[in-house]
Amino acid sequence: MDKIRALIVDDSSVMRKIVERSLRQAGIELEKVVEASNGAEALAALQSNTVDLILCDINMPVMDGLEFVRQVATVESAKGVPIVMITTEGSESHVVQALSAGARGYIRKPFTPDQVKEHVLPVLGRKP
Amino acid sequence: MRIDTTFATRSQQENWLPILELSVEEVFEIMLGCRVKPTAQSEPQVNREFTAMVGLAGALCGIVTVCCDAKTAGQVAKSMLGDTADSQEQVADALGEICNMIAGNFKNKLAGTDERCMLSVPTVVSGGEYSLHSMADGTALETVLLFEGAPVAVCLQVQS
Repeated sequence: MDKIRALIVDDSSVMRKIVERSLRQAGIELEKVVEASNGAEALAALQSNTVDLILCDINMPVMDGLEFVRQVATVESAKGVPIVMITTEGSESHVVQALSAGARGYIRKPFTPDQVKEHVLPVLGRKP
Repeated sequence: MRIDTTFATRSQQENWLPILELSVEEVFEIMLGCRVKPTAQSEPQVNREFTAMVGLAGALCGIVTVCCDAKTAGQVAKSMLGDTADSQEQVADALGEICNMIAGNFKNKLAGTDERCMLSVPTVVSGGEYSLHSMADGTALETVLLFEGAPVAVCLQVQS
């Protein structure tokens, strides 16, 4: 399978590493991993990086994940890139807001590598 | 896992302790690969060298804290990251995320509360010489568990 370029957005560097490890455990080969600690940093990163997948937390300082997802739609190079939320916010209203804003998947923390596989592979057009 | 907690919305906050304990057990099992159970409060006193805090606002106002000694906080980080956890910053980050997931998992289990309760980003205090004072009346629920043989205290303080 093709290697992918992933953008991981979380204010916790520990969680960014765990998400990256979970992607590898899901059998996803990573050509490049770009990290950002909030939505504003992630938007800036998209100006200079092309990615195939975005994984994004919701509760972050500066710009939260929901606002980031709304603004990604205005970034030409990121149009069509699948976004999967990974967050402690588990309410239906957060799920609806995220999916309405353009996210394609939603994973609640705490999560297992199997859940990452189940939610991420389909948005990449692969079988879980 | 989501459980039927409808009783929680109509009874006293003391009934939330089993929900808090379940939230803690799930986070430790899934993120640290460690099965933990609440232990008797008479176990050795928790050395609160690290305290992670996450605030709750909205339908539920209060704070969730996770306290342990420095060695245990380091073990938490190592369980999450492997041997790459080597800095004080990573240790604080790891404990803050554990606290964040416990708080989120807890509020997601309270029927009708998860929609109307916001979480703060985590704050972590290192150094045990401090006191925490809440400015409002409320209820404090605490569960203590053993992780790698050392006590870890998880406390939920809810304003009435």
